[in-house]
Order: sequence, then structure tokens, then C-alpha cells
Amino acid sequence: LATVGLQPMPALAAAADAQALIMEFTGGKEPQSGRITLTAPEIAENGNTVPVSVSVESPMTDDDYVEAVMLVAEENPNPDVATFRFTPMSGSAEAATRMRLAKTQNVMAVARMKDGSVFMDKHEVKVTIGGCGG
Amino acid sequence: MAESKPRVKVPKTAAKGEVITIKTLINHTMESGQRKDSDGNPIPRQIINMFTAEFNGSKVFEAEIEPAISANPYFEFTMRVPESGTIRFTWVDDDGSVYSEEQAIEVN
Repeated sequence: LATVGLQPMPALAAAADAQALIMEFTGGKEPQSGRITLTAPEIAENGNTVPVSVSVESPMTDDDYVEAVMLVAEENPNPDVATFRFTPMSGSAEAATRMRLAKTQNVMAVARMKDGSVFMDKHEVKVTIGGCGG
Repeated sequence: MAESKPRVKVPKTAAKGEVITIKTLINHTMESGQRKDSDGNPIPRQIINMFTAEFNGSKVFEAEIEPAISANPYFEFTMRVPESGTIRFTWVDDDGSVYSEEQAIEVN
């Protein structure tokens, strides 16, 4: 029983997993704020299908473009959601999809530029009925 | 599993250099691997794990997909149209199946 107190809170453990995933994506760099905008609903009634979109400010030229954007859901069973890879032919670094959220949590979008700089945006989404489970 | 039928929405014509929006959807259950059947046995994961869009053989957009993407995975993204040509979409299933779709874009 004494060991129970030493277990990390599940939420904190999940957040640590998400943080590790982001650090792997950024090559250990702490992402800055700005340049990336994550759009997600404040309240998602159905966690099975939550619309999210990302937009990153970039000229999208051969020398200066967004290489990738990673979407992370901090408290899903697996925090990795998707990684979008862009090219100069993308024309703009914008993408949208629909995702599952097991419960109310933070959703993060991290952008990695051609020059290696990294930017992040984060939103809390309140989930009424969770996805993923069953 | 039901056959996966891709649906794409691409403008048929564009101006040279125009940035167009492309929408794609494929019907697929995206079984997450987190669920259990009525007897309590885990249902194995089976998802679309990769989506790619190429124009005249050059990569435009790619998504590496995890089970947190919803059933019937939907992707919307953009492309700068350099010339007339064909955009090819590919979805890769965990079971090794590859689904694809093509559409022509004409520069006017």
C-alpha cells in the first residue's frame, strides 16, 4: 500500500509521454510560440470525431518551408495523433483532419521548419463523450 | 471489412501557380486496437497508417497516421499548381492493402 503513494498521477505520466514525443520530433529543442495556429473546438460533444486544423506562417519556398507538423493529444492512450509532411509544392502549410479524443485534454501542434526551428500551439478541448474507448 | 472507397475533391482547372485546396476521405473503420469485443478480447488494430499525395510524381503532402485519427480518415491540404498534370493519392492499410485515386488538373 505504501508504494501506491509513489505512483505518478496518470495525467502527469501521460503529459510526460507527450513531452517526450514532442522532444523526439524537435530534436530536443523547446518549441517557441508563434507562427503556428491550431484550430480546435473548445467543446467537443463527440470525442470520436473532433475537427482540427493547423496553419503555419511560411513562404513555402525551396529554401524556407515547413517540413512537418505533429499533432499530439496529451491524454489519449497513445498521445501520437498524426504527422503531416509538407513540401514547397504544398503552397501553404495548412491541413485539416478529424481526430479522436479519449477525454478532456490539451491538444498540441508542433511545426518544424526547414532551418530546424520549432513552434507550438496548444488548445484544451473539453470532451463530452470520449472517443478511442469501448 | 467493407471495401475502402476513396473520395477526393480537387478543382479540375487552376491558374498556373495558384494554391488550391484538396479534400480527401476514405471509408475505413480505423480500428484503434484499444477496443474489446463482447467477450472482453482485445480487437486488433487495423488502420490506414499513411496517406500520400503526389503531383506528376513529386510529393505534395503526406500524413503519418496513428489510431487517434477518426474513422473514415479525412484530410484537407493545399497544393501550388505548377503545370497541368495528375494528382495521385495513396492510402496504406495496416494489412498491406494500398488504395489509390487519381485526378487530372488542367492549367488554363
